[in-house]
Amino acid sequence: MKLALDDDQRLIKDSAATLWKGRGAVARLRQLRDTRDPDGFSRALWAELAELGWLGLPFPEDVGGAGLGVTELCLVLEEAGRTLAPEPMLATTLLAGSALLLGESDAARSSWLPRLAAGELVGTLAWQERARRDEPVSCTAVARSLGDGRVTLHGSKREVIAGAQADLVIVAAKDEASGQLGLYAVPGDAAGLVKTPLIRVDSFPCARLDLDGVEVSAAARLGGAGLLATVLDRAGVGLAAEALGAMTAAFELTLEWLRERRQFGVPIGSFQALQHRAARLYIDIELCRSVVMAAARTADAPAAPAAALAQAASLALARTTDTFLRVVDEAVQMHGGVGMTDEHDIGFYLKRARVVAATFGDAAWHRDRWARLAGY
Amino acid sequence: MADLESFRGEVRTWLEAHAPASLRGRPGDLFHGTWGGRRARFESDDHRRWLELMVERGWTAPTWPTEYGGGGLSRQENAILQKELRRLRLPPPLIGFGLVMIGPTLLEYGTEEQKREHLPPITRGEIRWCQGYSEPGSGSDLASLQMSATRNGDGFVLNGQKIWTSYADESDWIFCLVRTDPSAKKQAGISFVLVDMADPGVTTRPIKLISGASPFCEVFFDDVHAHARNVVGGENNGWTVAKALLRHERTMVGEVFARSVVGGEQELLQLARTAIGPSEGRLDDALLRDRIAQSAMDERAFMLTVQRIQDAAKAGQPPGTESSILKVYGTEHNQRRRELAVAIAGADALGWEGAGYAPEHLALTRDWLRSRGNTIEGGTSEIQLNIIAKHVLGLPDGGAR
Repeated sequence: MKLALDDDQRLIKDSAATLWKGRGAVARLRQLRDTRDPDGFSRALWAELAELGWLGLPFPEDVGGAGLGVTELCLVLEEAGRTLAPEPMLATTLLAGSALLLGESDAARSSWLPRLAAGELVGTLAWQERARRDEPVSCTAVARSLGDGRVTLHGSKREVIAGAQADLVIVAAKDEASGQLGLYAVPGDAAGLVKTPLIRVDSFPCARLDLDGVEVSAAARLGGAGLLATVLDRAGVGLAAEALGAMTAAFELTLEWLRERRQFGVPIGSFQALQHRAARLYIDIELCRSVVMAAARTADAPAAPAAALAQAASLALARTTDTFLRVVDEAVQMHGGVGMTDEHDIGFYLKRARVVAATFGDAAWHRDRWARLAGY
Repeated sequence: MADLESFRGEVRTWLEAHAPASLRGRPGDLFHGTWGGRRARFESDDHRRWLELMVERGWTAPTWPTEYGGGGLSRQENAILQKELRRLRLPPPLIGFGLVMIGPTLLEYGTEEQKREHLPPITRGEIRWCQGYSEPGSGSDLASLQMSATRNGDGFVLNGQKIWTSYADESDWIFCLVRTDPSAKKQAGISFVLVDMADPGVTTRPIKLISGASPFCEVFFDDVHAHARNVVGGENNGWTVAKALLRHERTMVGEVFARSVVGGEQELLQLARTAIGPSEGRLDDALLRDRIAQSAMDERAFMLTVQRIQDAAKAGQPPGTESSILKVYGTEHNQRRRELAVAIAGADALGWEGAGYAPEHLALTRDWLRSRGNTIEGGTSEIQLNIIAKHVLGLPDGGAR
């Protein structure tokens, strides 16, 4: 495992940085929020991402992908995170995409993945039902057998990323007879699927989904609990990369402010009380970069056991969620009065940090999982 | 590439044939091994033989030029040598501040005469060096140092005191910062000078620390004569040399901590399992589980950061600003870990000495006390944070120190 970028990776990162910077950065999210945009993201930008091949970065070429890995996708997500881009790449490529890619249904894989990579469809995964921080995966939804492999799905899911926009929803449900968890690929327009948009604090698209007897074929079943865990870990690494980008941008905004804002006749960044706090944030962000890079490479390592990915993902998520929250708290405080206003961008980062920390389990939950994996 | 592979083969064959069997599986680090010097002590005869063998090949200082006693190896060749040493888990044949501090500094700033005089004895383990920087009145504000060097004939007369000099009582030569021009601005009047501690007028006194150990000394200079040829980097140019050396020291200290923190999770777990015991297969204390996991994850994140810095260097990328964080984070992590260890051990970690406490518990307590100094020695955390704020983050200098 090498924790350095090669030339090709550097190129991807630079192109991604240029792309999002050129699209108006955080002002774009603000506009989507203020105009109550029904999509909640830019369809035009989505098409560009597909054109660049980024929506299929970690997919093999036979399904329209670029044949690269989570490592490269994380570089793109990090740059997206810097400008708080709400395009559902993580949901489409890492949640739905990983479930299809690593799942056992060849029919689902070959019918859905090329269209995800081409940007024709938005995909997502519905795994959460309850609000508990100590239980990111909760499942009472059931899959009721109709014979010959067909099932109907019943239940409700919350906090589904881009759930209202999704053309494909991977749903976690328990087999009614065996109690075994399964992942099922459900078309977004399936009969019996009701999507209710949720307006969340971070202004990223999200929905509640109700499934009332949604019927799917045998080929729609992608796998069980093991697949779900791996999919969540891969997406967790992606979210950590996005958080890394976001916290870095929030920190840079703060540094600029510390250099420019003058009080007592001098820049406030000359005060040691603020300098040391900024230096400590820098240290923590650098440590985040190391764990995110390592986790992405573990996700790409062909021989890495699931437990190794789980530990690497938990390390990345525990560290980035904690640090992201700390960075934005400090950023708002150091901005002083303007940090309290909606007009300033820094508040958008604060709100995003809260959502990131509650998406795949919080830092304490990941520490507990690390301990369990290490046998204590 | 083929050359490197044949070099690897040669190294492997030589090590297999010559490295003493008793030393295999006993890796040391930059602070644990053979220090050398006029009063050299060897842990065993094999340690002495190991040094002699490696000196012959120039492999005590593998990348130094052969004319100064080094091995003349390229960076890649040295990487191979180190890897082969690790493969057999062999200790370094020689450690000390000569190899990692004054040697590299002389290679960069020394005159030809200085290199020829001082580098070979370092590589042979004949001379042990120490660092005379801090003074009683000059700690974090190092440039305010007062030890005087007055011109006299072919050299200088030194008067004053150094403090926090690591292992001065076991060292042979000292490299010192002295004030050669008291009228200049403080950084401008300093020179970097080499002194033989056997010269008349030099005395040392160990300082007993809260841990009971005495790794540091005071060094007194009373009309000590120093030759002009022993000034490094030119008169009144010592601050430049000193800063280069300090950068070296901070990276080294970070890497030393990186190596010493390895295995922290297992050590803490073992303590916790003895003290608390399991319930349903888990350590029966959720709060302690969280603290141990936090410590283990801190350790892993730190190690990955050390690796990231090394990998970037290997990939030929210009050195980033990341290495500035190693000293602060490595030392603070070590402190948290030592705190946690004594906290887990409870009353068992309250002993100072004697038969009433187990030796491993007494060691825990001493290690905890020693770790308090980690964020002070080698540049306090506060000074490191100043450096990060100004030189890495580009925050304005407000005169705050």
